[in-house]
Amino acid sequence: MHYLAEGLRLPTNALDYSILILYFAVVLGVGFAARRSVQTSLDFFLSGRSLPAWVTGLAFVAANLGALEILGMAANGAQYGVYTVHWYWVGAIPAMVFLGLVMMPFYYGSKVRSVPEFLLHRYGPSSHLLSSVIFSVASVLIAGVNLYAMAIVVEALLGWPQWVAIVVAGFFVLAYITLGGLSSAIYNEVLQFFVILAALIPLTIVGLKRVGGWGGLKDSLETSHGADFTSAWGGTGIGSDNPLGANWLTIVLGLGFCLSFGYWTTNFAEVQRALSAKNLSAAQRTPLIAAFPKMFIPLIVVVPGLIALVLEPGIGTEKSGTQYNDAIPLLMRDLLPNGVLGLAVTGLLAAFMAGMAANVSSFNTVFTNDIWGAYIRKGRPDEYYLLTGRVVTAVGVLCGMGTAFIASSFSNIMNYLQTLFSFFNVPLFCVFIIGMFWKRATAAAGFWGLLSGTVAAMINYFWFYQEGVISIPSDQGANFVSAIVAFVVGGVVMVGVSLFTQPKPVESLAGLVYGTTSPGMAEPPAAGDEAWYRKPALLGWGAIILAALCYVPFSL
Amino acid sequence: MSDEFEYQHQVEELAEKSATAARLFDVRRLIGGLFVVYGIIVTIAGITASEADLKKAQNININLWTGLAMLIVGVLFLVWMWLRPATAPEPAPEPPPGPARPGDETV
Repeated sequence: MHYLAEGLRLPTNALDYSILILYFAVVLGVGFAARRSVQTSLDFFLSGRSLPAWVTGLAFVAANLGALEILGMAANGAQYGVYTVHWYWVGAIPAMVFLGLVMMPFYYGSKVRSVPEFLLHRYGPSSHLLSSVIFSVASVLIAGVNLYAMAIVVEALLGWPQWVAIVVAGFFVLAYITLGGLSSAIYNEVLQFFVILAALIPLTIVGLKRVGGWGGLKDSLETSHGADFTSAWGGTGIGSDNPLGANWLTIVLGLGFCLSFGYWTTNFAEVQRALSAKNLSAAQRTPLIAAFPKMFIPLIVVVPGLIALVLEPGIGTEKSGTQYNDAIPLLMRDLLPNGVLGLAVTGLLAAFMAGMAANVSSFNTVFTNDIWGAYIRKGRPDEYYLLTGRVVTAVGVLCGMGTAFIASSFSNIMNYLQTLFSFFNVPLFCVFIIGMFWKRATAAAGFWGLLSGTVAAMINYFWFYQEGVISIPSDQGANFVSAIVAFVVGGVVMVGVSLFTQPKPVESLAGLVYGTTSPGMAEPPAAGDEAWYRKPALLGWGAIILAALCYVPFSL
Repeated sequence: MSDEFEYQHQVEELAEKSATAARLFDVRRLIGGLFVVYGIIVTIAGITASEADLKKAQNININLWTGLAMLIVGVLFLVWMWLRPATAPEPAPEPPPGPARPGDETV
């Protein structure tokens, strides 16, 4: 995590603070109002599987649209230019469509309550426990990293001491999730989505006017950084040099396939939103509805990054004293008058809290159901697990706050941890996809595929890349290559182990593997779901085609 | 195979007792309400904008435009909720006659 530069203090006044305080009050109010809807553990962990698709879909986008993502993608825009759109159009949309069309029937239809629980039924306890524990630890640590990052930003922008920001934000997240469970997390995410739009759209409009519109922006950047900087694929031929340090093959395979499918299809903080939908059709539509707003987010995140580069040409260099991560705060300071400025600060804080809440609400579900309820205290009445979920939420947030305080003294360790956990999703995806399509894949194969893929990615990144055994030009490029290594090694080990171990009996795989259905799973379609605009296939393929079309203006 | 699919029964039972669908308030009221309030606040800031405010935002009265847009979005959500209120599901829907429930057909 980088320290934000001095001199970023925003000229906030009472108007801005009233907008901010109103938001905090509303967030807490949502918690209290949602409390009366929580009667069972299913209400607390999955909103009773009852939410409409547009709500879960927007929550699906918002859970990913945390402040780290917003600041980070604007930073990538300033550092790598238009290449950053790959994180959206190749690196998100296809994976989201795949989740909705191909994987969701298995997840939702098998009635599992979490992603690790699917592993339990498909493979067995060893891979289940391994992935549950790693997911839980990672969620708490990442929540802490998020909180710490927020404290730095708030200190720079508003002048609050770091510990105040950590305690205030931590307390609000703890309160509203303990009260209302996933419903209040999701409702706040939907609200945050609209507030962040209300903050970033005016910022982009004013910024574009400042640099002379898109044409003016493009001209300035091409003069200063060359023509490839404003193109999506220019300079990505194999062997040619570009700021991203990756060629088209590693972009498509590493980012577009391994990393993005790993993240979007197996990260429970995302999938949980879809599992809370009211029926299979709504669950399938959750990531598909999310794909459409996701596609246009670069317009209000990457474009401000580019604008910041024109307004502050030295951004990210030692001399200027500013980091790439400062791109959006710099524009807020220079362009927004009080009022909209308050909205922007609110949007940023809301995004930090929503990002953390997504981690916490998925952590409490996995810890309670997949660790505590599955291995430590089995078979208790439902009230017991509901209470456990609330206690675990509080403990998780407190651990996250502790992590944030530790992170403020050892920030490098946190960077390492984040890289490390990012490698876990890729072999997880490999295990899922093989398990869903190949009946022969055995319990042992699930466990060893998961472990070997993770270890292989770490060896590739921390040893081969960082010790210079192989040469890759940038951290991003190395990330992409490590993801490919994780996928291939995990897959090969799985196939190898499966051939020498006993497969699970076919009857126990009903509804978990392609070509089988869970007994009695076929539920009647809900009224209105047959409308053409609610057909998952149409939405999914529409999203893919639209994402491909988005590339056209940046590829010619 | 009753053991294998025990958890599905559990989830179904909990889903029947679940109170979310019946008792959770409508998110459109939340978005609509907050955006109307924010819209009014920011629009007033736009009407009373100073020269310095306008100059900072490149001579766009950004508060006015943002405030009005938020007001419209907020009102649209409230109108949508008013026109198409969320229907609370039936208290205890009869299991459909067609497909059997998991585990019923085997012992």
